Amino acid sequence: MKNTIKDIIKPYRGEKGSLIPILQAVQEKTGFISEDAISTIALNMNMSEHEIYGVATFYTQFRYTKPGDHMVKVCLGTACHVRGGEQLLDRTENILNIKPGQTTLDSAFSLERVACMGCCALAPVIVVDDKIYPNVAGPKVEKIISKYSSSDEKE
Amino acid sequence: MDFAEIREKAVAKWEALQSSKTPVIYLGAATCGRAAGIEAVAEEIRQTSKELNLNISLVEVGCIGPCFLEPLIYIQKNGSPPVCYGKITPGKIKKLLEDYLINNDPRPDLALGTLGNGRVSGIPGLFEYPMLKHQTRLVLRNCGIIDPDQIDHYIARDGYLGVKKALEMSSSEVIAVIKASGIRGRGGAGFPTWKKWEICHNVQSDDKYLICNADEGDPGAFMNRSLLEGDPHAVLEGLLIGAYAIGANHGYIYIRAEYPLAIKRLEHALSQMKSYNLLGNNILGSDFSFDIKIKQGAGAFVCGEETALIASVMGKRGMPMPRPPFPAISGVWGKPTIINNVETLGTLATIMRKGGEWFAGFGSESSKGTKTFSLVGKVKQTGLIEVPLGTPLKKIIFDIGGGIADDKKFKAVQTGGPSGGCIPAELSSLPVDYESLMSAGSIMGSGGIIVLDEETCVVDIASYFLSFIQAESCGKCSPCRIGTKVMLDILKRIKSGKGEIADIDKLSSLAETIKNASLCGLGQTAPNSVLSTLRYFRSEYEAHIIDKSCPALVCKDLIKYAISEEKCAGCGLCRKKCPADAITGKKKNLHIINESICVKCGICYQVCPSKYGAVEKTTGFLI
Repeated sequence: MKNTIKDIIKPYRGEKGSLIPILQAVQEKTGFISEDAISTIALNMNMSEHEIYGVATFYTQFRYTKPGDHMVKVCLGTACHVRGGEQLLDRTENILNIKPGQTTLDSAFSLERVACMGCCALAPVIVVDDKIYPNVAGPKVEKIISKYSSSDEKE
Repeated sequence: MDFAEIREKAVAKWEALQSSKTPVIYLGAATCGRAAGIEAVAEEIRQTSKELNLNISLVEVGCIGPCFLEPLIYIQKNGSPPVCYGKITPGKIKKLLEDYLINNDPRPDLALGTLGNGRVSGIPGLFEYPMLKHQTRLVLRNCGIIDPDQIDHYIARDGYLGVKKALEMSSSEVIAVIKASGIRGRGGAGFPTWKKWEICHNVQSDDKYLICNADEGDPGAFMNRSLLEGDPHAVLEGLLIGAYAIGANHGYIYIRAEYPLAIKRLEHALSQMKSYNLLGNNILGSDFSFDIKIKQGAGAFVCGEETALIASVMGKRGMPMPRPPFPAISGVWGKPTIINNVETLGTLATIMRKGGEWFAGFGSESSKGTKTFSLVGKVKQTGLIEVPLGTPLKKIIFDIGGGIADDKKFKAVQTGGPSGGCIPAELSSLPVDYESLMSAGSIMGSGGIIVLDEETCVVDIASYFLSFIQAESCGKCSPCRIGTKVMLDILKRIKSGKGEIADIDKLSSLAETIKNASLCGLGQTAPNSVLSTLRYFRSEYEAHIIDKSCPALVCKDLIKYAISEEKCAGCGLCRKKCPADAITGKKKNLHIINESICVKCGICYQVCPSKYGAVEKTTGFLI
């Protein structure tokens, strides 16, 4: 773990203002920002852990717990909001039985609400991993989620 | 290779593609097209062409605008103009390829139109299509037409001639051209681009920075994403022109991490620029040197504010700083820094090529040129559009947008994102320019136009935007940090039927304080959504407070669902779909909703077949 993070930091050494790209790279690689990761970055970048934690928590992109196998993001941009985004979020919460920011007990799903995916013309949208599903009004979301849960349980 | 040779080769390559003997299928493969399923369509084309023994080239293009028709494909046969087909599904592919490519029937019944000059018999030009007909495309001229990963396509369509022309002038002359164009910042505030540049140009410094602000944070807006995905070189050429004008040697593109495709396109575009000497040292053989780096935003709306963005670029918390000093004097690492929006930059090359006066010929007296908008919400034809500034709102909504979806009543239009406001239907002849929108209590913002119908509650909309702002407030100054929280609490109270009539005055007075006392633009504009809705829709607030009713039937605590005894056919669909098991009833008998368990999710209302329409929403029952 420590070495992975050291490897991530290496190309940024000596470059001013590279903390955010480093945190992004760590999250990309390990799925979240662990306490260990923060300590390692602090040591190697000659910064205090507080400073790093302060920067990281300012931005919504960073997570501090291990996410589930599938990341479900419900878009609540304006276009999605007026076309039923809140209801979509309610429904997704019900199906997964978690609130945004949480992960299901079996670690299969994490749920997040996001401000806008830029697919406003196809609102409301939901994103599972990197796939964007358009026009998810009504009970459609059940089918989408079940696609991911069934394959998981078997494998 | 000098630029003349590069251009000659690029033109040859572009022309060869257009006159290709092999059929070419262009795929609308921007994020919206991908979301709508273009990848499955592409796969089907590959399979089917093998099956039918057809040799086809596939070319990815960006988004041409009418997103509601996605996925879009364009089939070009034997050098004739590409024919555009919308709402294509994998199931439609085989028949279409057989009909057009084998049996020579371009299926005018399915076609939306043809691209470019020339016609295919029986099919009109795509730009005669109602949504596209009323547009003027300067910024979006290449979107959906060229392959954004091919710098040669961009060059063949006069790309990089703007920067070439700029490099033959002095930097002051370039600023003069931009001044003559009258272009104002497209990111929101509308500050004249040349003025900002001139301040920076006049500062002496070894290092200067030019940043492209691609942190398109307004929910409901995707113009910048579409431009970056469809024509990244237009924005990059703009960066070169701007950098040359102000004397910058370092460039950043600050782009939100939520736009992975745009980032990929930009990375690819930057490497191509390097190979053509359009980036790095002595660009195109001149004395001008410039490099561009991509910085990914990490999700903070306030980073659209210039000083916050600069803090973020330097790896800090994105918190705004008091101004002065202005970034043009002291920005990134204390060096003079200019931040321009994606669209502003994307317009510059065309201005340089065609001249400032030419550009100033579009638009209105105070707002020159064209502007892109994302037209979304309760409108029939959603998508990305570009019109001259000064175009009346109703032309955008009705002629381009085709009117209100499901033929509901037009209520209002929201512009400017969370910093903007709602403009009521009565003011729909308002011209869309910086001043008119401001006087109506909204702002231009970056270009989101969200159409609201009678089923949208303005108190809900105001509360939506305020909760967004409140969550995004950086917390540095108390008017914004605390003020927006208190305003939001009041709005939530009103939405839940617990509001008092004095709340309206409290909201107005808090709004004034927050506007006047906040440190940055985020706080100063935060109350706009509340102020504008209070101004035009006060009675709707009063209905929530006095009658405890939500006239638009949106606010959950003020509505309930019931099944009509006369209309219910007992099909049982609502019972099966109800997530709370709140509906009981036997097959072919009346169904009943148990109010005490109902979570008001509205699924029963949506799934009840329209021939029955038995589930009804009511409000105003609390008194």
